[in-house]
Amino acid sequence: MSELVIEGLRARVGGQEILKGVDLAMASGEVHAVMGPNGSGKSTLAHALAGRPGLEVLGGSVRLDGVELLDLPVWERAEAGLFLAMQYPTEVPGVALRDLLRASASTSDNADEIGSLMRAEAQRIGFDEKFLERPLNVDLSGGEKKRNETLQLGVLRPRFAILDELDSGLDFDALRLVSARVEAATEEDAVGVLAITHYSRLFEQLRPDTVHVFAGGRIQQTGGAELAQELEDTGYERWSDSPPPTTSGSKLGEDPFADPFADPLA
Amino acid sequence: MTDFSTDAARSLAGPAWLVDRRVGAAETFAASAPPDVADEEWRYSAIREFDLSDFVLSSTTCDAPTLEFAIDSAAVVHTVNGRVASVEMADDLVDAGVYVGPLAGVDAGSALLGAVSVEASDYFTVLNDAFAAEPILIRVPSGVVVQRPIVVTHHVSGGRVAAFPRLVVDVGTNAQAEVLDYHTSDSGPLLVCPVTELDVAAAGRLGYLNVQQLGSGTWQFSSQLARAGRDATLTASTAAFGGGYARTRSDVRLAGRGANCDLSALYFGDGRQGLDFRTYQDHVAADTTSNLLYKGVVSDESRSIYTGLIRVRPDARGTNAFQTNRNLKLGENAWVESVPNLEIENNDVRCSHASAVGPVDAEQQFYLESRGVPTGEAERLIVAGFLDEVLESLPVTAMRQQLRSAVDAKLDRQAQLSHQTQAEEALS
Repeated sequence: MSELVIEGLRARVGGQEILKGVDLAMASGEVHAVMGPNGSGKSTLAHALAGRPGLEVLGGSVRLDGVELLDLPVWERAEAGLFLAMQYPTEVPGVALRDLLRASASTSDNADEIGSLMRAEAQRIGFDEKFLERPLNVDLSGGEKKRNETLQLGVLRPRFAILDELDSGLDFDALRLVSARVEAATEEDAVGVLAITHYSRLFEQLRPDTVHVFAGGRIQQTGGAELAQELEDTGYERWSDSPPPTTSGSKLGEDPFADPFADPLA
Repeated sequence: MTDFSTDAARSLAGPAWLVDRRVGAAETFAASAPPDVADEEWRYSAIREFDLSDFVLSSTTCDAPTLEFAIDSAAVVHTVNGRVASVEMADDLVDAGVYVGPLAGVDAGSALLGAVSVEASDYFTVLNDAFAAEPILIRVPSGVVVQRPIVVTHHVSGGRVAAFPRLVVDVGTNAQAEVLDYHTSDSGPLLVCPVTELDVAAAGRLGYLNVQQLGSGTWQFSSQLARAGRDATLTASTAAFGGGYARTRSDVRLAGRGANCDLSALYFGDGRQGLDFRTYQDHVAADTTSNLLYKGVVSDESRSIYTGLIRVRPDARGTNAFQTNRNLKLGENAWVESVPNLEIENNDVRCSHASAVGPVDAEQQFYLESRGVPTGEAERLIVAGFLDEVLESLPVTAMRQQLRSAVDAKLDRQAQLSHQTQAEEALS
């Protein structure tokens, strides 16, 4: 049994504080949904956990079985058991999925079986094997990119997977296969899943144990699976009172070169 | 007083026409001033640090070094210090009328030598005209298709030797061939000024791959000069890894209507190397297409220079001409200059140029690392992937694995250096 504990996580991007104290704890095999309006900082949470450059952590801690992830470089976080399925997976010309997974497996103990594992995973989610040889995400459709991410999740078998809008760009059939694969990972390999999403359609196959409402840079409410449906029905309007992460006034104060007489409505 | 006198040119062996040609060139050379960085052509170059009088002509030769790779070839010519060491050719090539060997022994030699370079002569092509000891000719008669690559190797060896390899490739009407032009040298101070002339007649098809694995003390001033006739197809590529300062000038003239040229290069500089590329896509005839892609990596304190010009002449309507140079800079002390240019004298054309210089993309690095690939290994994959686009497009496909290994060797060296640096930092 593994445990991922996020405490008081604060981070800023481009001088603006986006995460304002995130607390969340989860265990192996659990599925936690993080739902919230667009622009609330959900993706920033995913990036802060994985260690994306350009993002500055201001405080707090993220521990995976007691190991402080925030002190580790990106790849060691992955080695510690964290996986991020990206909302917009990056194109890496000239580097095939097969190369990537081989390079990743070279640091783990399943290096020998990587080839057969990749093929088996491709089959499970209806992903053509030809994509194993293609450069990463180059000329892939939105849906293909998400299957690619899911395949990697299946091969790498992390302890905790963060899914950043995994449902976006997927058609109905692909969504079903992909979310069923993630659900299976929670059962077969006891992967803990932190699913960040705007909509609840991912949760037809992937059953959340806990749902968090994320707005204004922190978790505003936590409940059971029924909360996802409620949000789907009522939307996020009740959370629109949460302090918006930006005001033009504070930005003006931070920028020493800003024109103090500028028309704020311009 | 330099060694490169008219008398020295006169003393080189060959038929009378060749000796006369050399002497004429030596006289032209004696009257010409060395290039200077003040000349636009030589801007950013290391020409001021170069002194021809540091080098001597060599009359000695030795056995050609054994190739460090195996290739299934139709013919192989080995040269050392610009002189032929051996020629081997498959019987079916001889039967088909293909010629591979010394140019001086061929009747048409005097007409073929310089037929392309005369349009693009400069200080170093003239020097080659004067001192090329034994020009090589590859001649593929009209209609003949040579399936396997023809290999020419050049090695430079000795103390402060200057060598002037000369290769003329003449592809006849509707003929087809692939040529691997492979350059190596010892590690001490040496000078090599190769001139390669590629002449592709109407509907001919030539794939030319120049691989430069020179020693770290070698100065190279190389000229690749090509002419493509009507509906001819030329793929001319360079893979440059070695040399101290290695300059490659590549001029392509699209002389016949409908000619098509794909030009590419990949290069990887490290240590204090300078790799310098000058390209010229000259669209003379209508409906011609040239597509250039040069991609390079510089690390440590190495430098790369790319300057290119697309010229579209008044009669060259319907031209498609593209020019792209992309560079990866590994480390703060590496230096890149990239200057693409267009000069268009016809309105009915499609032309573009692009250039980019930057470090390894942070997003790509993050993506790979977030899958558990260690930092150094992730960078390695990205750099190799960056060059792969050119590698996949090179002619003489049998060389791809060899070139991948050359890229790997460069990356291994980077990895070693970075381990050393980390170890030193840990100690201090």
